[in-house]
Amino acid sequence: MLNPPDVKRVLEAALLAAQEPLGATELKRLFEGELGVDAIRRLLAELADEWKGRAVELVSLSSGWRFQTRPELQPYLERLFPERAPRYSRAVMETLAIIAYRQPVTRGDIEDVRGVGVSTQIIQALETRGWIDVVGHRETPGRPALYATTTKFLDDLGLRSLEELPPLEEIARTLQLEVVPTAEAEAAVTDTPEQAKTGTDG
Amino acid sequence: MMAKLYGEPVFELPHDLYIPPDALEIVLEAFEGPLDLLLYLIRKENLDILDIPMAPLTRQYLEYVEAMRKTNLELAAEYLVMAAMLMEIKSRLLLPRPPAAEVVEEDPRAELVRRLLEYERMKKAAQGLDELPQVGRDVIAISVWIEKTVSQRLPEVNSGDLAEAWRTLLHRARLSAHHRVSREELSVRAHMSSILRALKERRVVEFTELFEPQRGVSVLVVTFLALLELARELLVEITQSAGFGPIYVKLGHAQSA
Repeated sequence: MLNPPDVKRVLEAALLAAQEPLGATELKRLFEGELGVDAIRRLLAELADEWKGRAVELVSLSSGWRFQTRPELQPYLERLFPERAPRYSRAVMETLAIIAYRQPVTRGDIEDVRGVGVSTQIIQALETRGWIDVVGHRETPGRPALYATTTKFLDDLGLRSLEELPPLEEIARTLQLEVVPTAEAEAAVTDTPEQAKTGTDG
Repeated sequence: MMAKLYGEPVFELPHDLYIPPDALEIVLEAFEGPLDLLLYLIRKENLDILDIPMAPLTRQYLEYVEAMRKTNLELAAEYLVMAAMLMEIKSRLLLPRPPAAEVVEEDPRAELVRRLLEYERMKKAAQGLDELPQVGRDVIAISVWIEKTVSQRLPEVNSGDLAEAWRTLLHRARLSAHHRVSREELSVRAHMSSILRALKERRVVEFTELFEPQRGVSVLVVTFLALLELARELLVEITQSAGFGPIYVKLGHAQSA
């Protein structure tokens, strides 16, 4: 029987060597039934604590645990690997948000919210990334596909479940424009037209 | 002239509506559609989204749309649909209200407000999602090098095994030597093709199955030469999983690809 520090070393090695996140059930196989899932979970939490403050952290995700670099180090790492991942366009991110927060939804539902057509390329980009998939069809004329987000989506965004998505903001009746505090921007904003009701923005 | 709206650059149109064509394209591209443009106008003028003054909003919206149209930009149909909708709401607001006792009529603006609020919520949600650290963009999943069994090694065929197989075939050929073998047009290339054809159907064939001993030694020799030539040209792979085990012939990578 292994003692807890040894168990942690085995877990650590398995997680470091794994290509994909590993769940407690999979990790249990390392010990051929000698340890229960609860004990493994507890030791994983301890292990995550021990890695705090290092360049690499152990995080718990939807499909299991994964070691990853800390986000604040990314600007440095990018210099070493110049081919940085591109950002998705606003159209792609808005489509993703609607699928994530309102799933399952059809393409028509997405178009209703955005007020514009959703191109096939946008859906494909998200499908290819493995972030969304078709979970069924709505029984209306044309039987449109219903889209939902996947486990990989949660894993890739560092989330354990959809409940961990950033909460939807309550929208203010009126809103101050978020203005970049530069002389240029201020010049543009103070140039307020006649309809402005409440003084200056920003 | 550059302000930022929710972190997105927005180029404000001058109020005399003279816009250099290049700038207008940027203006149009900055918006994700009519709802986005409306939301920008509402927030820019700090209008109460739950009590939108339709007249000034409609006027401003139409000015933008008109400016876009003037510069021959391909204006998405959605912008025009929204323009029609705004004008309809505006005109319904102007109609005299029915007497108070009658059915309570919904505010003509209600549906537009609902859509604007939902779009704004999703727009902000999209920004929230984008701020989450993403694998591959903001964090790198760690995987240390682990010594695993090296890529699958194909068994090597010992020349002795090949010779042994060959001898067996020759022996079988001699047994059936009483057949009179007619003079055949024997070409190594032709046999190469027939071997490839056999492999196309079955992908893997046992070495001995490729030979027809009853057709005589000369055919055997040509078949064998054809096989060696195919192997030399990397069109087939010859493998054996264990010593003295069966020898298999399969399509080379160039062929199966």
